[in-house]
Amino acid sequence: MGGICRIRFEGGLLTYQSREIDKSLRYLIFINYKGGIIIYNVLIGGTAGQGIETMATILQKLLKDSGYHVFAVRDVMSRVRGGHNFTLLRFGIEAIQSHSDILDGIIAFDEDTIKLHVAQLKQDGFILCDTQWKIEDSRIISLEMVSLAKQLGNIRTIGSIAIGALLKIFGLKPLHMDEVLGKYLKEQYKEVNKKALLQGYDMAVSKYEIPEHNDRDLLMISGNQALAFGAIAAGLKFYCAYPMSPSTSIMEFLASKSDKAGIVVEQAEDEIAAINMAIGASFAGAVAMTGTSGGGFCLMVEALGLSGIAEIPLVVVDVQRPGPATGLPTRTEQSDLKFVISASHGEFPRMVIAIRNHKDAFYQTMRALKLSKKYQIPIILLSDQYLADSVATIEPYDLTDMAIQEDNELLDSKEGNYLRYRITQDGISPLLIPGKTKNFVTADSDEHDERGWITEDAEVRNAMMNKRFRKWDKLKNEVQEPEFVGEDSYDTLLLGWGSTYGPIVESVNILNQDSYGKYAALIFGDIYPLPEKLLKEKVSNAKKIINIEQNATGQLADLIRERTGIVCTSNILKYDGRQISKDEIVNRIRKEVLE
Amino acid sequence: MSKITTYETAWCPGCGNFNILDCLKTALEELNKDPYEVLMVGGIGQAAKLPQYISTNSFCGLHGRALPAAVAAKIANEKLTVIVNSGEGDSYGEGGNHFLHNIRRNVDITHFVHDNQIYGLTKGQASPTSMVGMITEVQIHGNANIPLNPVLLAIAGGAGFVARAFSGRQEHLINIMKQAIEYEGYAIVDILQPCVSFNKLNTFSFYSQRVYELDSSYDCTDKTAALLKAMEFEDKIPLGILYKENKSTFHQKNIILKSGMPLIDLQYDPVILDTIMNEFI
Ligand SMILES: Cc1ncc(C[n+]2csc(CCOP(=O)(O)OP(=O)(O)O)c2C)c(N)n1
Ligand code: SF4
Ligand SMILES: [Mg+2]
Repeated sequence: MGGICRIRFEGGLLTYQSREIDKSLRYLIFINYKGGIIIYNVLIGGTAGQGIETMATILQKLLKDSGYHVFAVRDVMSRVRGGHNFTLLRFGIEAIQSHSDILDGIIAFDEDTIKLHVAQLKQDGFILCDTQWKIEDSRIISLEMVSLAKQLGNIRTIGSIAIGALLKIFGLKPLHMDEVLGKYLKEQYKEVNKKALLQGYDMAVSKYEIPEHNDRDLLMISGNQALAFGAIAAGLKFYCAYPMSPSTSIMEFLASKSDKAGIVVEQAEDEIAAINMAIGASFAGAVAMTGTSGGGFCLMVEALGLSGIAEIPLVVVDVQRPGPATGLPTRTEQSDLKFVISASHGEFPRMVIAIRNHKDAFYQTMRALKLSKKYQIPIILLSDQYLADSVATIEPYDLTDMAIQEDNELLDSKEGNYLRYRITQDGISPLLIPGKTKNFVTADSDEHDERGWITEDAEVRNAMMNKRFRKWDKLKNEVQEPEFVGEDSYDTLLLGWGSTYGPIVESVNILNQDSYGKYAALIFGDIYPLPEKLLKEKVSNAKKIINIEQNATGQLADLIRERTGIVCTSNILKYDGRQISKDEIVNRIRKEVLE
Repeated sequence: MSKITTYETAWCPGCGNFNILDCLKTALEELNKDPYEVLMVGGIGQAAKLPQYISTNSFCGLHGRALPAAVAAKIANEKLTVIVNSGEGDSYGEGGNHFLHNIRRNVDITHFVHDNQIYGLTKGQASPTSMVGMITEVQIHGNANIPLNPVLLAIAGGAGFVARAFSGRQEHLINIMKQAIEYEGYAIVDILQPCVSFNKLNTFSFYSQRVYELDSSYDCTDKTAALLKAMEFEDKIPLGILYKENKSTFHQKNIILKSGMPLIDLQYDPVILDTIMNEFI
């Protein structure tokens, strides 16, 4: 590894930049340290079954309880034992939006971890591992971890030994151990792990000094947990799904809260059943949702149209993973956008909301459930494996005024007068709950008249199609514009959607610190119908538009071109199943776009 | 007795579906069901149009998908009397997986399968119960696949109420329907129904010559006897409740639903949100 170093003074901040050739990734890596901001990044790696996940979870919680911000993402192979798995953990004294490829430390439980990741390690970084790995690298900190774990009578305590050592290396104190170990370990393993942690702490020496920080009231939550929590807050009553990574933890989280929150969580026999059950429950008056990944969504699409024509509120979560077919089951991609905006035959109004971060996951799920009820349409929430499984610390959610309220006004319809599909000005017809009034509530997947009875009459068909699309016109006034970040006077505008939010926001900050031009970004949450106002306005000021997506074809760029005629200057696309990082965005802009 | 109205249908004159509709109306009236608390669910097919022809709440969903919507509606509001009317293609073919697994789920709904041994709506192709050798425009050399025995399958799968009826035996059908609706749990009745337009094998007289009603000497709680009886489908076809057993329903087993309060009426205590949020702090 050779490189160039330069030190610049910019905007009152001391910026240190080092430029190195990364052989494994074969592109330039730029590292920025902005004075005053301290964020560290460590990788914990080993094979499945070594307890890396538990170790990472405990470490995250210890750091969070010590008042630091945390962002952690897991990279897991689709197998229960063996393989190479790791967790990337960033922590520090300011909010962290995404992961990073550049490592301050590697905690290796096998030799592969070192071999595979050493190229990402900073020159002044460290590798924490057992003495048994004979690797030549001045950055190695090798400790007798295995023999200590054996002495303690439990080889699995090696994780706790490493946690202790790591805390010491970063100059942190071993606080909050009892609560945290108690939370994640069985009672009988708590004491021995505490001992292991403290002995690990004593074995290591401090290398860094992190200022104290005190953001102890933050939430530490994963994307799927946040999404499920948002659904509970909206008053979810029924969740039905068929297990499929990476969506399953939504069902698991809801199940764990179901008894207290009064939610029926039912595992369906397949995704077709799951969505039809959600529709049936919703028809009967329950706030209902289903969730899956792309493959399961494929099975659901006919019923999406049922929700459309029968005007039954429905929220479907698609936690994307790379396809087609089984694809890369445990990895990430944003390749279902074009599919979900057009899935199912025929035409009907729908909405697609992309989840950008852990805040969105909560609030947008709530909003989706409310809007689907208001407009009586299907709404698809697009998340992905990266967001679903990553854990971040964020501000607590505002829990006032949560649950969906019944519209009592509609319940007054007199006996006999009720028309389920009444033609109205805004297209929204009165939705009653069957059995709650002296009216018959109907639903029909055939074209139907105002009463909900099957018809083939051409005039009625037109009236009903128009009625349904009037709801869409109204909805278009309610879509949220994309979030704008960066410099007000920019020459390059980055575009993105969903979970690349964090990497893009952080990359804009980095790009604006050097002299390669001025950058801004628009990142879409509401994506269909496409909000166009801010896009048109911001595009008109840009010399270059760079579209960034986690797919092979540039689906957002296509959608934007189709809806607005705006053509992106270039695309940065990634479809290897690994989330793009801020570092990769910066490097690819410099290499692919600027050179 | 409650009052239920039926409407004009789009069925062929002479179709067995008319009797089934009439019997269902009578059964509901004799059970004094409030029509506003009844939900009729259908998939797609000739039989599945029935919910449109009767004055109750109605849900006509997708082909094969009547059961998932019906059980979920019942889960949402147990005060509804939920009745599925659909064809055997809908119920055992396209929706076969839901049939198997809703036996296991045992939600308290009633499933009337109008079994005309043919696909009526799509104009006469072989269905899961069509006889071997039936010639259609698709099965040009005669249907080669062995017919499914739905009642045998239902009993073997663990259903607690399994019956067979014939649309031509109205009094018997009404009686079976009433018992099926009253049964607590998933009740399935396979109703033999002539399709005058397309099924030239299984005609009214074909069934009339073969069916006989089970009498009191038959013990419908004996599972082994029921399995044997269910296999009878040749020269003689038994009608009646083939198997009946009390089983815990989905609602009785579900910790949230067993209180008897409809799910849609349950209000959560907002404190739960703070509790959940604190778990993440
Ligand atoms: C997904 C789908 N596939 C096929 C069809 C066409 N289709 C409608 S009804 C039907 C079969 C009807 O047979 P059955 O359920 O026995 O009802 P019947 O008309 O005989 O009463 C078929 C194949 C459809 N509507 N939807
Ligand atoms: S096609 Fe057959 S099942 Fe359909 S209405 Fe006519 S007779 Fe009845
Ligand atoms: Mg049929």
